[in-house]
Amino acid sequence: MYPRWLWPGFAFPGVLWLIILFVVPFYAVIGVAFGTVDPILLSAVPIWNPLEWNVGWVNETLQRLSPGGDLWVVFVRTCEYVFVSLGLSLAIGYPVAYYIARHASRTKNLLLILLILPFWISYLMRMLAWVNLLAPDGFVNRFLQFAHIIDQPYGFLDGQSSTVILALVYGYIPYLILPLYASLDRIDKSQIEAARDLGASPFRAFLHVTLPLSKTGILGGCVLIALPMFGDYYTPNLVSGAPTTSMLGNQIDLYFHSTSQPTIGAALTILLSLFLVVLMGYYLITVARATRNLESV
Amino acid sequence: MSDAALPTAHAPTASLWQRTHGWITNPWGRPRFLVLITWGYMVWAIVPVIIAIQFSFNETRSRTIWSGFSLRWYTWDPSDSVMNDPSLRQALAQSFKLAGADVLVAVPIGVALALGLARWRGRGSGTSNFIMLFPLVTPEIVMGVSLLLVFTHIFTFVHTGTLAQILGHVTFSISYVVVIVRGRLFSIGRQYEEAAADLGASPGVALYRVLLPLLTPAIVASAAIVFALSIDDFVISFWLSNGGGTVTVPMQIYAATRAAPLPSTNAIATIMVAVTLLTVLAGFLVYRVFTRGERVAGGGMVGDMAAFDI
Repeated sequence: MYPRWLWPGFAFPGVLWLIILFVVPFYAVIGVAFGTVDPILLSAVPIWNPLEWNVGWVNETLQRLSPGGDLWVVFVRTCEYVFVSLGLSLAIGYPVAYYIARHASRTKNLLLILLILPFWISYLMRMLAWVNLLAPDGFVNRFLQFAHIIDQPYGFLDGQSSTVILALVYGYIPYLILPLYASLDRIDKSQIEAARDLGASPFRAFLHVTLPLSKTGILGGCVLIALPMFGDYYTPNLVSGAPTTSMLGNQIDLYFHSTSQPTIGAALTILLSLFLVVLMGYYLITVARATRNLESV
Repeated sequence: MSDAALPTAHAPTASLWQRTHGWITNPWGRPRFLVLITWGYMVWAIVPVIIAIQFSFNETRSRTIWSGFSLRWYTWDPSDSVMNDPSLRQALAQSFKLAGADVLVAVPIGVALALGLARWRGRGSGTSNFIMLFPLVTPEIVMGVSLLLVFTHIFTFVHTGTLAQILGHVTFSISYVVVIVRGRLFSIGRQYEEAAADLGASPGVALYRVLLPLLTPAIVASAAIVFALSIDDFVISFWLSNGGGTVTVPMQIYAATRAAPLPSTNAIATIMVAVTLLTVLAGFLVYRVFTRGERVAGGGMVGDMAAFDI
């Protein structure tokens, strides 16, 4: 009933916008990373023609990121922080999502509202809240002193890895719990009942029915929070600020905003994106499949 | 309770450990350890923010020791309150400016793109869909770096500053609008438009008089969500700012938290939380009013929020 050009025509402005301000900018990063540095002004001179690319800076950055290089430590630390945070988030998030999806009845709506609330509280506000609590004269230190667990205020904010991990978990866990909840909520209860009727213990029913059926939610949620965590730099800056807890994002931030070496910063951005492309690809394919299923219904 | 009653009542029963363990696992009902974790998580997630909000009303300069309720950091402190500190007032204005412009640009483009992508079958539709999803999974710092470099090396006529910030916000907002509106499009289906066409409506009328009203709730919801996303955005604003008048509230909170925050930082953060929550709540209520009478699978709000389970 509609003319054939109508739908591509509707899509056109948005696609054009994303090409100009999402695809082209990414090419700008590539151009700068494979460019040269002005010897006098020390500013980046991008090279747009792929045939003339200067691989020197990207190579150097890659070497520094390899074992033995100075950025290797940062890379390993970033992976450690992200994986520990993922593990902790799952350990806390899965039982919460499971309880709300399977057991909460009267309190379900209240719990869902509380679950969604952190989405709409500014991330910076939530970090500020913890900085207040963990300050030398904050509630946490005063409580620990009151309970005689410590004598002197503990420097939670003086570059502790554990504080950064806590902040990462606190910051990103809502984005994990919601997909987990959605996948657990979708599970047909009769499948679990069938397992129980056939003699499985509650634990075995969970292990062999619920857990496999929530696998997409677990993987999707983990990817969804791992991606921003890998690119995070403000969380470590807010709750630690020490170089001993800096992540890859902090290095990129430093190259652009402190040492003015955008070429290395761009090279690092490219390498980070390449590293994350597997995760992004997994997520995009899952979403594309889900969308196709929706359309076919 | 008197001591005499205890020995007779509990003499042959299980040890304290067994009793606690039994109480927590609760084999006859819902496992209590799940209840404990869930409510513990909720307290952990919400209470720190409530304490931070409380201290925005503190009478003294401390953000940790409570001395009494006052609006000092909102209104009457002569130099450091939100009302009297020019940098805080300016940041508020900048945040609202960016969020308003973002909604005005991103929502129409996103709605059109959602319609196009949902129904366009042909060369380029797959690629377009792929490009649309990418901003959702790209770490913000990568987007920040690439937009900064494109504005300093290719589109040099756009300098870093308010215009660049608006362009950046729209770029990451479009995909959210598409996801929300497209979800609604799928749930509406095509039968209403086909009925309109059978009754003699032209394509334009079917689109404007039938599809658009049906899409209104999703459009309102996406506008509220884009507004909230823009208000809360830190990374893109930060990378595209040129200091001075382009500092937003999240940037102000970031800078103050790393230096020596005053309760006025808590106050401006509280204002933003209130604005965001009110916007989302208003968007949600409008959504509910428009969709009342419709049967929603999965229980209303949850179904709507599943839009985020993209």
